[in-house]
Amino acid sequence: MILGDLAHSRAGDKGNVSNLSLIVYEESDYEFIKEQITAQKVKTFFKERIKGTVRRFDLPKIAAFNFVLEDSLYGGVTRSLALDPHGKCLSSYFLLMEVDEDAYLIYKKSLQ
Amino acid sequence: MKAGKKNIRIGSGAGFSGDLVEPAIELAKKGSIDYLVFECLAERTIALAQLQKIKNPNKGYDPFLEQRLKAVLPICIKNKIKIISNMGAANPIAAADKIIEIAKELGVKKLKVIAVRGDDVMELVQNKDFVLLESKTPISKLQKQVVSANAYLGINPIIEALELDADIVITGRVADPAIYMAPLFYEFNWNKDDPNILGKATAMGHLLECAGQVCGGYFYDSNKKRIPEPELLGFPIAEVSQDGEFKITKVPKTGGFISKATCKEQLLYEVHDPKRYLTPDVVADFSNISFHEISEDCIKICGATGTLKTGKLKVSLGYKDGFIGEGQISYGGFQAYERATLALSVIKRKLVRLEYNESDTNYELIGFNALSKDHPIGKPEEVRLRVAVRTNTLEEAQSIGQHLEALYTNGPAGGGGAFKSVKEIIAVQSFLIDENEVDIDLTTKSLN
Repeated sequence: MILGDLAHSRAGDKGNVSNLSLIVYEESDYEFIKEQITAQKVKTFFKERIKGTVRRFDLPKIAAFNFVLEDSLYGGVTRSLALDPHGKCLSSYFLLMEVDEDAYLIYKKSLQ
Repeated sequence: MKAGKKNIRIGSGAGFSGDLVEPAIELAKKGSIDYLVFECLAERTIALAQLQKIKNPNKGYDPFLEQRLKAVLPICIKNKIKIISNMGAANPIAAADKIIEIAKELGVKKLKVIAVRGDDVMELVQNKDFVLLESKTPISKLQKQVVSANAYLGINPIIEALELDADIVITGRVADPAIYMAPLFYEFNWNKDDPNILGKATAMGHLLECAGQVCGGYFYDSNKKRIPEPELLGFPIAEVSQDGEFKITKVPKTGGFISKATCKEQLLYEVHDPKRYLTPDVVADFSNISFHEISEDCIKICGATGTLKTGKLKVSLGYKDGFIGEGQISYGGFQAYERATLALSVIKRKLVRLEYNESDTNYELIGFNALSKDHPIGKPEEVRLRVAVRTNTLEEAQSIGQHLEALYTNGPAGGGGAFKSVKEIIAVQSFLIDENEVDIDLTTKSLN
Protein backbone atom coordinates (compact mmCIF):
# COMPACT_ATOMS: atom_id res chain seq x y z
CA MET A 1 0.00 0.00 0.00
CA ILE A 2 1.26 3.46 -0.88
CA LEU A 3 0.37 6.96 0.22
CA GLY A 4 -1.26 7.66 -3.16
CA ASP A 5 -3.99 5.16 -2.27
CA LEU A 6 -5.11 7.37 0.61
CA ALA A 7 -4.23 10.94 -0.28
CA HIS A 8 -3.30 13.42 -3.00
CA SER A 9 -0.63 16.11 -3.07
CA ARG A 10 0.62 19.22 -4.87
CA ALA A 11 4.13 20.66 -4.67
CA GLY A 12 4.83 24.39 -4.44
CA ASP A 13 8.10 26.32 -4.44
CA LYS A 14 9.28 29.57 -2.91
CA GLY A 15 12.98 30.28 -3.24
CA ASN A 16 14.86 27.22 -2.01
CA VAL A 17 11.89 25.87 -0.03
CA SER A 18 9.46 23.28 -1.34
CA ASN A 19 6.08 22.58 0.22
CA LEU A 20 4.11 19.40 -0.28
CA SER A 21 0.44 19.35 0.62
CA LEU A 22 -1.08 16.02 1.58
CA ILE A 23 -4.84 15.85 1.30
CA VAL A 24 -6.63 12.78 2.60
CA TYR A 25 -9.34 11.35 0.29
CA GLU A 26 -11.46 9.89 3.13
CA GLU A 27 -11.61 12.29 6.06
CA SER A 28 -11.78 9.34 8.45
CA ASP A 29 -8.20 8.39 7.41
CA TYR A 30 -6.86 11.72 8.71
CA GLU A 31 -5.77 10.46 12.15
CA PHE A 32 -4.06 7.42 10.60
CA ILE A 33 -2.01 9.59 8.22
CA LYS A 34 -1.25 11.98 11.07
CA GLU A 35 0.26 9.14 13.08
CA GLN A 36 2.12 7.51 10.17
CA ILE A 37 3.49 10.31 7.98
CA THR A 38 5.79 12.29 10.23
CA ALA A 39 8.08 15.12 9.22
CA GLN A 40 11.05 12.86 9.96
CA LYS A 41 9.72 10.20 7.58
CA VAL A 42 9.47 12.76 4.79
CA LYS A 43 13.00 14.00 5.46
CA THR A 44 14.32 10.42 5.22
CA PHE A 45 12.29 9.74 2.07
CA PHE A 46 14.01 12.64 0.27
CA LYS A 47 17.34 12.37 2.10
CA GLU A 48 19.60 13.29 -0.85
CA ARG A 49 17.49 16.34 -1.68
CA ILE A 50 16.54 17.90 1.66
CA LYS A 51 19.48 19.70 3.30
CA GLY A 52 17.35 21.56 5.86
CA THR A 53 14.55 20.75 8.26
CA VAL A 54 11.06 19.43 7.50
CA ARG A 55 8.05 20.86 9.34
CA ARG A 56 4.52 19.48 9.22
CA PHE A 57 1.48 21.73 9.64
CA ASP A 58 -1.85 20.05 10.39
CA LEU A 59 -5.17 21.23 8.98
CA PRO A 60 -7.80 18.94 10.53
CA LYS A 61 -10.74 21.01 9.23
CA ILE A 62 -9.88 20.08 5.65
CA ALA A 63 -8.25 16.73 6.48
CA ALA A 64 -4.92 17.89 5.11
CA PHE A 65 -1.28 18.41 6.03
CA ASN A 66 1.36 20.77 4.73
CA PHE A 67 5.01 19.67 4.74
CA VAL A 68 7.57 22.44 4.40
CA LEU A 69 10.98 21.26 3.17
CA GLU A 70 13.73 23.80 3.88
CA ASP A 71 16.77 23.91 1.58
CA SER A 72 15.39 21.27 -0.75
CA LEU A 73 15.53 22.76 -4.25
CA TYR A 74 19.28 22.80 -4.96
CA GLY A 75 19.40 26.57 -4.42
CA GLY A 76 15.96 27.35 -5.87
CA VAL A 77 14.52 27.85 -9.34
CA THR A 78 16.88 30.58 -10.45
CA ARG A 79 20.18 28.81 -9.70
CA SER A 80 19.21 25.13 -9.73
CA LEU A 81 20.86 22.82 -12.27
CA ALA A 82 18.06 20.25 -12.06
CA LEU A 83 15.76 19.25 -14.92
CA ASP A 84 12.77 20.16 -12.71
CA PRO A 85 14.08 23.22 -10.86
CA HIS A 86 10.73 23.93 -9.15
CA GLY A 87 10.52 20.40 -7.74
CA LYS A 88 7.04 20.18 -9.30
CA CYS A 89 7.33 16.40 -9.59
CA LEU A 90 8.11 15.82 -5.90
CA SER A 91 4.45 15.51 -4.92
CA SER A 92 4.08 12.41 -7.10
CA TYR A 93 7.18 10.78 -5.60
CA PHE A 94 5.78 11.56 -2.15
CA LEU A 95 2.68 9.53 -3.06
CA LEU A 96 4.90 6.50 -3.71
CA MET A 97 5.81 6.36 0.00
CA GLU A 98 5.02 2.95 1.47
CA VAL A 99 2.22 2.81 4.03
CA ASP A 100 1.96 -0.02 6.59
CA GLU A 101 -1.11 -1.90 5.32
CA ASP A 102 -1.52 -4.00 8.48
CA ALA A 103 -1.53 -0.88 10.62
CA TYR A 104 -4.10 0.63 8.27
CA LEU A 105 -6.42 -2.36 8.56
CA ILE A 106 -6.15 -2.27 12.37
CA TYR A 107 -6.92 1.47 12.29
CA LYS A 108 -9.97 0.91 10.07
CA LYS A 109 -11.23 -1.80 12.45
CA SER A 110 -10.78 0.52 15.43
CA LEU A 111 -13.15 3.00 13.77
CA GLN A 112 -16.01 0.51 13.54
CA MET B 1 -22.00 50.38 -10.78
CA LYS B 2 -20.71 50.88 -7.25
CA ALA B 3 -23.96 51.83 -5.58
CA GLY B 4 -26.24 49.14 -4.29
CA LYS B 5 -24.40 46.11 -5.63
CA LYS B 6 -24.91 43.06 -3.44
CA ASN B 7 -22.51 40.69 -5.17
CA ILE B 8 -19.28 41.23 -7.03
CA ARG B 9 -17.92 38.62 -9.42
CA ILE B 10 -14.20 38.52 -10.10
CA GLY B 11 -12.80 36.38 -12.89
CA SER B 12 -9.26 35.07 -12.95
CA GLY B 13 -7.99 35.38 -16.51
CA ALA B 14 -4.43 34.09 -16.15
CA GLY B 15 -2.31 32.20 -13.64
CA PHE B 16 1.01 32.97 -15.30
CA SER B 17 2.38 35.01 -18.16
CA GLY B 18 2.17 32.27 -20.76
CA ASP B 19 -1.31 31.07 -19.75
CA LEU B 20 -4.12 30.26 -22.21
CA VAL B 21 -6.15 33.21 -23.53
CA GLU B 22 -9.34 31.38 -24.57
CA PRO B 23 -10.62 30.78 -20.99
CA ALA B 24 -10.29 34.52 -20.28
CA ILE B 25 -12.40 35.29 -23.35
CA GLU B 26 -15.03 32.82 -22.03
CA LEU B 27 -15.01 34.59 -18.66
CA ALA B 28 -15.51 38.01 -20.26
CA LYS B 29 -18.27 36.75 -22.57
CA LYS B 30 -20.23 34.40 -20.33
CA GLY B 31 -18.98 34.83 -16.77
CA SER B 32 -21.23 37.77 -15.76
CA ILE B 33 -18.12 39.19 -14.11
CA ASP B 34 -17.45 42.73 -12.89
CA TYR B 35 -13.65 42.41 -12.93
CA LEU B 36 -11.22 40.40 -15.03
CA VAL B 37 -7.89 39.95 -13.29
CA PHE B 38 -4.67 38.64 -14.85
CA GLU B 39 -1.81 37.45 -12.61
CA CYS B 40 1.29 37.20 -14.79
CA LEU B 41 4.42 37.77 -12.68
CA ALA B 42 6.55 34.90 -11.39
CA GLU B 43 9.35 35.37 -8.86
CA ARG B 44 12.02 36.28 -11.37
CA THR B 45 9.94 37.58 -14.32
CA ILE B 46 10.35 41.19 -13.26
CA ALA B 47 14.16 40.94 -13.25
CA LEU B 48 14.07 39.63 -16.83
CA ALA B 49 11.64 42.41 -17.78
CA GLN B 50 14.00 44.97 -16.24
CA LEU B 51 16.80 43.75 -18.53
CA GLN B 52 14.46 44.25 -21.50
CA LYS B 53 13.62 47.76 -20.33
CA ILE B 54 17.34 48.61 -20.15
CA LYS B 55 17.67 47.57 -23.80
CA ASN B 56 14.48 49.37 -24.86
CA PRO B 57 12.81 51.95 -22.55
CA ASN B 58 9.44 51.28 -24.22
CA LYS B 59 9.51 47.59 -23.27
CA GLY B 60 9.76 45.71 -20.00
CA TYR B 61 6.09 44.84 -19.67
CA ASP B 62 4.53 41.40 -20.15
CA PRO B 63 5.27 39.94 -23.61
CA PHE B 64 1.67 38.67 -23.94
CA LEU B 65 0.02 42.00 -22.97
CA GLU B 66 -0.91 42.86 -26.54
CA GLN B 67 -2.32 39.41 -27.35
CA ARG B 68 -4.41 39.33 -24.14
CA LEU B 69 -5.77 42.85 -24.38
CA LYS B 70 -6.66 42.57 -28.06
CA ALA B 71 -8.63 39.43 -27.26
CA VAL B 72 -10.57 40.68 -24.22
CA LEU B 73 -10.76 44.48 -24.37
CA PRO B 74 -13.70 44.83 -26.80
CA ILE B 75 -15.73 42.28 -24.82
CA CYS B 76 -14.82 43.88 -21.48
CA ILE B 77 -15.88 47.31 -22.72
CA LYS B 78 -19.17 45.92 -24.04
CA ASN B 79 -19.91 44.07 -20.81
CA LYS B 80 -18.62 46.86 -18.49
CA ILE B 81 -15.86 44.72 -17.00
CA LYS B 82 -12.85 46.38 -15.41
CA ILE B 83 -9.41 44.86 -15.90
CA ILE B 84 -6.67 44.61 -13.27
CA SER B 85 -3.28 43.07 -13.95
CA ASN B 86 0.36 43.04 -12.93
CA MET B 87 1.32 42.76 -16.63
CA GLY B 88 3.09 46.12 -16.22
CA ALA B 89 6.05 44.12 -14.87
CA ALA B 90 9.10 46.42 -14.93
CA ASN B 91 7.35 49.16 -16.92
CA PRO B 92 3.68 49.82 -16.04
CA ILE B 93 3.73 53.22 -17.80
CA ALA B 94 4.85 51.71 -21.11
CA ALA B 95 2.20 49.01 -20.63
CA ALA B 96 -0.48 51.69 -20.12
CA ASP B 97 0.68 53.50 -23.27
CA LYS B 98 0.54 50.22 -25.18
CA ILE B 99 -3.00 49.54 -23.95
CA ILE B 100 -4.14 53.00 -25.13
CA GLU B 101 -2.51 52.28 -28.52
CA ILE B 102 -4.33 48.93 -28.75
CA ALA B 103 -7.63 50.55 -27.73
CA LYS B 104 -7.24 53.16 -30.49
CA GLU B 105 -6.58 50.43 -33.04
CA LEU B 106 -9.71 48.63 -31.89
CA GLY B 107 -11.75 51.80 -32.32
CA VAL B 108 -12.41 52.29 -28.60
CA LYS B 109 -13.62 55.84 -27.92
CA LYS B 110 -13.22 56.22 -24.17
CA LEU B 111 -10.85 54.46 -21.79
CA LYS B 112 -8.99 55.29 -18.62
CA VAL B 113 -5.88 53.26 -17.81
CA ILE B 114 -4.04 53.87 -14.55
CA ALA B 115 -0.49 52.63 -14.05
CA VAL B 116 0.65 51.93 -10.48
CA ARG B 117 4.32 52.59 -9.76
CA GLY B 118 6.38 52.52 -6.61
CA ASP B 119 7.32 48.85 -6.40
CA ASP B 120 10.67 49.60 -8.06
CA VAL B 121 13.01 50.39 -5.13
CA MET B 122 16.37 50.28 -6.98
CA GLU B 123 17.13 53.82 -5.77
CA LEU B 124 16.66 52.75 -2.17
CA VAL B 125 19.04 49.83 -2.68
CA GLN B 126 21.65 52.13 -4.19
CA ASN B 127 21.56 54.40 -1.13
CA LYS B 128 21.14 51.93 1.70
CA ASP B 129 22.39 48.43 2.49
CA PHE B 130 19.98 45.61 3.37
CA VAL B 131 20.54 42.08 4.69
CA LEU B 132 19.30 39.32 2.41
CA LEU B 133 16.93 36.83 4.02
CA GLU B 134 18.26 33.73 2.25
CA SER B 135 22.07 34.13 2.45
CA LYS B 136 21.89 36.39 5.55
CA THR B 137 24.55 38.65 4.01
CA PRO B 138 24.31 42.37 3.19
CA ILE B 139 23.67 43.23 -0.48
CA SER B 140 27.00 45.09 -0.54
CA LYS B 141 28.82 41.79 0.11
CA LEU B 142 27.08 40.07 -2.81
CA GLN B 143 29.59 41.39 -5.39
CA LYS B 144 27.10 40.81 -8.19
CA GLN B 145 25.44 43.11 -10.68
CA VAL B 146 22.00 43.92 -9.27
CA VAL B 147 19.41 44.34 -12.04
CA SER B 148 16.16 44.82 -10.15
CA ALA B 149 14.64 45.41 -6.73
CA ASN B 150 10.87 45.31 -6.49
CA ALA B 151 8.73 45.51 -3.39
CA TYR B 152 5.49 43.56 -3.15
CA LEU B 153 2.82 46.26 -2.87
CA GLY B 154 -0.60 45.66 -1.34
CA ILE B 155 -4.19 46.60 -2.18
CA ASN B 156 -4.08 50.34 -1.42
CA PRO B 157 -2.72 51.78 -4.68
CA ILE B 158 -5.09 49.57 -6.70
CA ILE B 159 -8.06 50.77 -4.65
CA GLU B 160 -6.93 54.36 -5.20
CA ALA B 161 -6.77 53.76 -8.95
CA LEU B 162 -10.31 52.35 -8.89
CA GLU B 163 -11.48 55.38 -6.92
CA LEU B 164 -10.10 57.51 -9.77
CA ASP B 165 -12.49 55.62 -12.09
CA ALA B 166 -9.89 53.50 -13.85
CA ASP B 167 -11.25 51.06 -16.42
CA ILE B 168 -7.93 49.26 -16.37
CA VAL B 169 -5.37 49.17 -13.54
CA ILE B 170 -1.91 48.04 -14.55
CA THR B 171 0.75 47.36 -11.93
CA GLY B 172 4.26 46.05 -11.53
CA ARG B 173 5.08 43.88 -8.53
CA VAL B 174 2.17 43.51 -6.10
CA ALA B 175 1.30 40.61 -3.82
CA ASP B 176 -0.52 38.12 -6.06
CA PRO B 177 -3.78 38.03 -4.04
CA ALA B 178 -3.91 41.87 -3.89
CA ILE B 179 -5.03 42.31 -7.51
CA TYR B 180 -8.04 40.07 -6.76
CA MET B 181 -8.79 41.58 -3.34
CA ALA B 182 -8.66 45.30 -4.16
CA PRO B 183 -11.99 45.51 -6.07
CA LEU B 184 -13.88 44.14 -3.05
CA PHE B 185 -12.58 46.83 -0.72
CA TYR B 186 -13.38 49.46 -3.34
CA GLU B 187 -16.87 48.19 -4.15
CA PHE B 188 -18.00 47.34 -0.63
CA ASN B 189 -16.13 50.07 1.25
CA TRP B 190 -14.76 47.40 3.56
CA ASN B 191 -12.47 48.46 6.37
CA LYS B 192 -8.89 48.07 5.13
CA ASP B 193 -7.65 47.75 8.71
CA ASP B 194 -9.87 44.79 9.60
CA PRO B 195 -7.54 41.75 9.63
CA ASN B 196 -10.41 39.28 9.50
CA ILE B 197 -11.98 40.55 6.30
CA LEU B 198 -8.48 40.98 4.83
CA GLY B 199 -7.73 37.36 5.74
CA LYS B 200 -10.91 36.14 4.04
CA ALA B 201 -10.19 38.18 0.93
CA THR B 202 -6.60 36.90 0.87
CA ALA B 203 -7.81 33.30 0.89
CA MET B 204 -10.09 34.10 -2.04
CA GLY B 205 -7.27 35.83 -3.93
CA HIS B 206 -4.93 32.94 -3.25
CA LEU B 207 -7.48 30.44 -4.59
CA LEU B 208 -7.90 32.48 -7.79
CA GLU B 209 -4.32 33.50 -8.50
CA CYS B 210 -3.31 30.36 -10.40
CA ALA B 211 -6.48 30.46 -12.54
CA GLY B 212 -7.05 26.92 -13.91
CA GLN B 213 -5.38 25.27 -10.92
CA VAL B 214 -8.54 25.57 -8.80
CA CYS B 215 -10.73 24.26 -11.65
CA GLY B 216 -9.02 20.89 -11.88
CA GLY B 217 -5.96 22.04 -13.82
CA TYR B 218 -2.68 20.63 -12.48
CA PHE B 219 -4.94 18.37 -10.40
CA TYR B 220 -6.31 15.66 -12.65
CA ASP B 221 -4.98 12.20 -13.31
CA SER B 222 -6.46 9.13 -14.97
CA ASN B 223 -7.21 7.41 -11.65
CA LYS B 224 -9.15 8.87 -8.72
CA LYS B 225 -8.91 12.49 -9.85
CA ARG B 226 -10.51 12.50 -13.28
CA ILE B 227 -12.15 15.71 -14.49
CA PRO B 228 -14.53 16.31 -17.42
CA GLU B 229 -13.18 17.86 -20.64
CA PRO B 230 -9.77 19.09 -19.47
CA GLU B 231 -9.14 20.34 -23.02
CA LEU B 232 -11.88 22.95 -22.40
CA LEU B 233 -10.79 23.83 -18.86
CA GLY B 234 -12.60 26.90 -17.52
CA PHE B 235 -11.05 29.57 -15.30
CA PRO B 236 -12.48 30.48 -11.87
CA ILE B 237 -14.79 33.22 -10.67
CA ALA B 238 -15.12 34.44 -7.09
CA GLU B 239 -18.59 35.59 -6.14
CA VAL B 240 -18.45 37.76 -3.06
CA SER B 241 -21.26 39.45 -1.16
CA GLN B 242 -21.22 42.74 0.71
CA ASP B 243 -21.55 40.89 4.02
CA GLY B 244 -18.46 38.79 3.35
CA GLU B 245 -19.63 35.49 1.88
CA PHE B 246 -17.06 34.02 -0.52
CA LYS B 247 -17.84 31.45 -3.19
CA ILE B 248 -15.69 30.02 -5.97
CA THR B 249 -17.35 28.96 -9.20
CA LYS B 250 -16.78 28.98 -12.98
CA VAL B 251 -18.56 29.50 -16.28
CA PRO B 252 -21.17 26.77 -16.88
CA LYS B 253 -20.34 24.22 -19.61
CA THR B 254 -16.60 24.84 -19.48
CA GLY B 255 -14.31 21.87 -18.76
CA GLY B 256 -12.84 20.81 -15.43
CA PHE B 257 -14.59 21.11 -12.09
CA ILE B 258 -14.42 22.96 -8.80
CA SER B 259 -14.64 20.70 -5.78
CA LYS B 260 -13.55 20.70 -2.16
CA ALA B 261 -10.50 18.71 -3.27
CA THR B 262 -9.42 21.19 -5.97
CA CYS B 263 -9.85 24.05 -3.47
CA LYS B 264 -7.79 22.26 -0.82
CA GLU B 265 -4.89 21.63 -3.23
CA GLN B 266 -4.84 25.23 -4.35
CA LEU B 267 -5.24 26.61 -0.81
CA LEU B 268 -1.95 25.02 0.29
CA TYR B 269 -0.09 25.74 -2.94
CA GLU B 270 3.12 27.67 -2.17
CA VAL B 271 2.04 28.15 1.45
CA HIS B 272 4.33 27.49 4.41
CA ASP B 273 2.80 28.01 7.87
CA PRO B 274 -0.96 28.16 7.11
CA LYS B 275 -1.50 30.24 10.27
CA ARG B 276 0.88 32.90 9.01
CA TYR B 277 0.52 33.64 5.31
CA LEU B 278 2.39 36.93 5.08
CA THR B 279 1.15 39.63 2.73
CA PRO B 280 1.63 43.41 2.64
CA ASP B 281 -1.95 43.87 3.90
CA VAL B 282 -2.42 41.19 6.56
CA VAL B 283 -1.01 38.06 8.14
CA ALA B 284 -3.67 35.67 6.87
CA ASP B 285 -4.63 32.57 8.81
CA PHE B 286 -5.85 29.66 6.66
CA SER B 287 -5.67 27.05 9.43
CA ASN B 288 -9.41 27.08 10.20
CA ILE B 289 -10.70 27.27 6.66
CA SER B 290 -13.38 24.84 5.58
CA PHE B 291 -14.98 24.32 2.18
CA HIS B 292 -18.66 23.61 1.57
CA GLU B 293 -20.25 22.43 -1.64
CA ILE B 294 -23.19 24.70 -2.48
CA SER B 295 -23.97 23.22 -5.88
CA GLU B 296 -22.12 21.73 -8.85
CA ASP B 297 -18.89 23.71 -9.40
CA CYS B 298 -19.68 26.09 -6.56
CA ILE B 299 -17.75 25.98 -3.28
CA LYS B 300 -18.20 28.28 -0.31
CA ILE B 301 -15.07 29.25 1.69
CA CYS B 302 -15.52 29.69 5.45
CA GLY B 303 -13.24 30.29 8.40
CA ALA B 304 -10.33 32.33 7.03
CA THR B 305 -9.11 34.96 9.48
CA GLY B 306 -6.10 37.18 9.93
CA THR B 307 -3.97 39.25 12.26
CA LEU B 308 -2.46 42.69 11.83
CA LYS B 309 0.06 43.19 9.00
CA THR B 310 3.76 43.31 9.88
CA GLY B 311 4.34 46.77 8.38
CA LYS B 312 7.18 45.32 6.32
CA LEU B 313 7.25 44.70 2.59
CA LYS B 314 9.18 41.90 0.94
CA VAL B 315 11.51 43.01 -1.84
CA SER B 316 12.80 40.67 -4.54
CA LEU B 317 16.33 41.48 -5.58
CA GLY B 318 17.38 40.24 -9.01
CA TYR B 319 21.09 39.97 -9.85
CA LYS B 320 23.33 38.48 -12.51
CA ASP B 321 24.92 35.31 -11.25
CA GLY B 322 26.86 33.74 -14.13
CA PHE B 323 25.59 31.24 -16.69
CA ILE B 324 24.27 27.71 -17.01
CA GLY B 325 25.50 25.55 -19.86
CA GLU B 326 23.62 22.35 -20.61
CA GLY B 327 23.84 19.37 -22.92
CA GLN B 328 21.78 16.21 -23.43
CA ILE B 329 22.07 13.00 -25.45
CA SER B 330 19.95 9.82 -25.54
CA TYR B 331 20.74 6.11 -25.48
CA GLY B 332 18.22 3.35 -26.24
CA GLY B 333 17.87 -0.38 -26.73
CA PHE B 334 20.79 -2.75 -26.11
CA GLN B 335 22.62 -1.83 -22.88
CA ALA B 336 21.17 1.67 -23.03
CA TYR B 337 21.59 2.36 -19.32
CA GLU B 338 25.20 1.08 -19.30
CA ARG B 339 26.19 3.23 -22.28
CA ALA B 340 24.51 6.33 -20.80
CA THR B 341 26.35 5.76 -17.52
CA LEU B 342 29.58 5.34 -19.47
CA ALA B 343 28.97 8.62 -21.32
CA LEU B 344 28.26 10.29 -17.98
CA SER B 345 31.56 9.11 -16.50
CA VAL B 346 33.47 10.29 -19.60
CA ILE B 347 31.99 13.79 -19.34
CA LYS B 348 32.55 13.83 -15.59
CA ARG B 349 36.26 13.02 -15.98
CA LYS B 350 36.58 15.74 -18.64
CA LEU B 351 34.96 18.36 -16.39
CA VAL B 352 37.11 17.34 -13.41
CA ARG B 353 40.21 17.79 -15.59
CA LEU B 354 38.92 21.24 -16.58
CA GLU B 355 38.58 22.00 -12.83
CA TYR B 356 34.88 22.70 -12.64
CA ASN B 357 33.59 22.74 -9.05
CA GLU B 358 31.59 19.66 -8.24
CA SER B 359 28.97 21.82 -6.53
CA ASP B 360 28.46 23.68 -9.82
CA THR B 361 27.83 20.55 -11.89
CA ASN B 362 24.82 18.24 -12.11
CA TYR B 363 24.63 14.88 -13.88
CA GLU B 364 21.23 13.29 -14.45
CA LEU B 365 19.87 10.35 -16.37
CA ILE B 366 16.44 11.35 -17.65
CA GLY B 367 14.20 8.29 -17.40
CA PHE B 368 16.18 7.00 -14.42
CA ASN B 369 16.90 9.58 -11.71
CA ALA B 370 16.51 13.11 -13.12
CA LEU B 371 13.36 14.09 -11.23
CA SER B 372 14.33 12.59 -7.89
CA LYS B 373 17.80 11.27 -7.14
CA ASP B 374 16.28 9.70 -4.03
CA HIS B 375 14.11 7.44 -6.19
CA PRO B 376 16.00 5.93 -9.14
CA ILE B 377 13.92 3.39 -11.05
CA GLY B 378 15.04 0.08 -12.63
CA LYS B 379 17.41 0.18 -15.61
CA PRO B 380 15.42 1.77 -18.44
CA GLU B 381 15.73 0.76 -22.11
CA GLU B 382 15.62 4.40 -23.12
CA VAL B 383 17.60 6.97 -21.16
CA ARG B 384 18.90 10.47 -21.71
CA LEU B 385 22.06 11.90 -20.20
CA ARG B 386 21.73 15.50 -19.07
CA VAL B 387 24.65 17.57 -17.80
CA ALA B 388 24.21 21.12 -16.49
CA VAL B 389 27.01 23.34 -15.20
CA ARG B 390 27.12 26.79 -13.61
CA THR B 391 29.93 28.89 -15.06
CA ASN B 392 31.32 32.40 -14.73
CA THR B 393 31.48 33.10 -18.45
CA LEU B 394 29.27 32.57 -21.48
CA GLU B 395 32.11 30.79 -23.33
CA GLU B 396 32.52 28.20 -20.57
CA ALA B 397 28.77 27.62 -20.55
CA GLN B 398 28.77 27.09 -24.32
CA SER B 399 31.55 24.53 -24.07
CA ILE B 400 29.38 22.23 -21.87
CA GLY B 401 26.87 21.64 -24.66
CA GLN B 402 29.73 21.15 -27.11
CA HIS B 403 31.20 18.38 -24.94
CA LEU B 404 27.83 16.60 -24.91
CA GLU B 405 27.29 17.07 -28.64
CA ALA B 406 30.77 15.72 -29.33
CA LEU B 407 29.64 12.39 -27.83
CA TYR B 408 28.18 11.79 -31.32
CA THR B 409 31.59 11.00 -32.75
CA ASN B 410 33.73 10.62 -29.63
CA GLY B 411 31.46 8.94 -27.09
CA PRO B 412 30.01 5.48 -26.49
CA ALA B 413 28.25 3.72 -29.38
CA GLY B 414 24.86 4.84 -30.61
CA GLY B 415 24.04 8.12 -28.84
CA GLY B 416 21.31 10.18 -30.51
CA GLY B 417 19.28 13.37 -30.32
CA ALA B 418 21.94 15.62 -28.82
CA PHE B 419 20.83 19.04 -27.62
CA LYS B 420 22.64 22.00 -26.08
CA SER B 421 21.63 25.27 -24.48
CA VAL B 422 23.01 28.23 -22.59
CA LYS B 423 21.27 30.72 -20.33
CA GLU B 424 22.27 33.62 -18.14
CA ILE B 425 21.38 33.20 -14.47
CA ILE B 426 19.28 35.98 -13.00
CA ALA B 427 19.21 34.92 -9.36
CA VAL B 428 16.67 36.23 -6.88
CA GLN B 429 16.97 36.83 -3.15
CA SER B 430 14.77 38.89 -0.88
CA PHE B 431 14.91 41.39 1.95
CA LEU B 432 12.42 43.44 3.96
CA ILE B 433 11.79 47.17 3.97
CA ASP B 434 9.48 49.37 5.96
CA GLU B 435 6.16 49.90 4.17
CA ASN B 436 6.59 53.68 4.22
CA GLU B 437 9.89 53.42 2.34
CA VAL B 438 8.03 53.10 -0.98
CA ASP B 439 6.71 56.07 -2.95
CA ILE B 440 3.49 55.14 -4.69
CA ASP B 441 2.68 56.96 -7.89
CA LEU B 442 -0.43 56.67 -10.06
CA THR B 443 -0.21 57.73 -13.70
CA THR B 444 -3.34 58.11 -15.82
CA LYS B 445 -3.43 57.51 -19.55
CA SER B 446 -6.78 58.27 -21.18
CA LEU B 447 -8.62 58.09 -24.45
CA ASN B 448 -11.12 60.87 -25.34
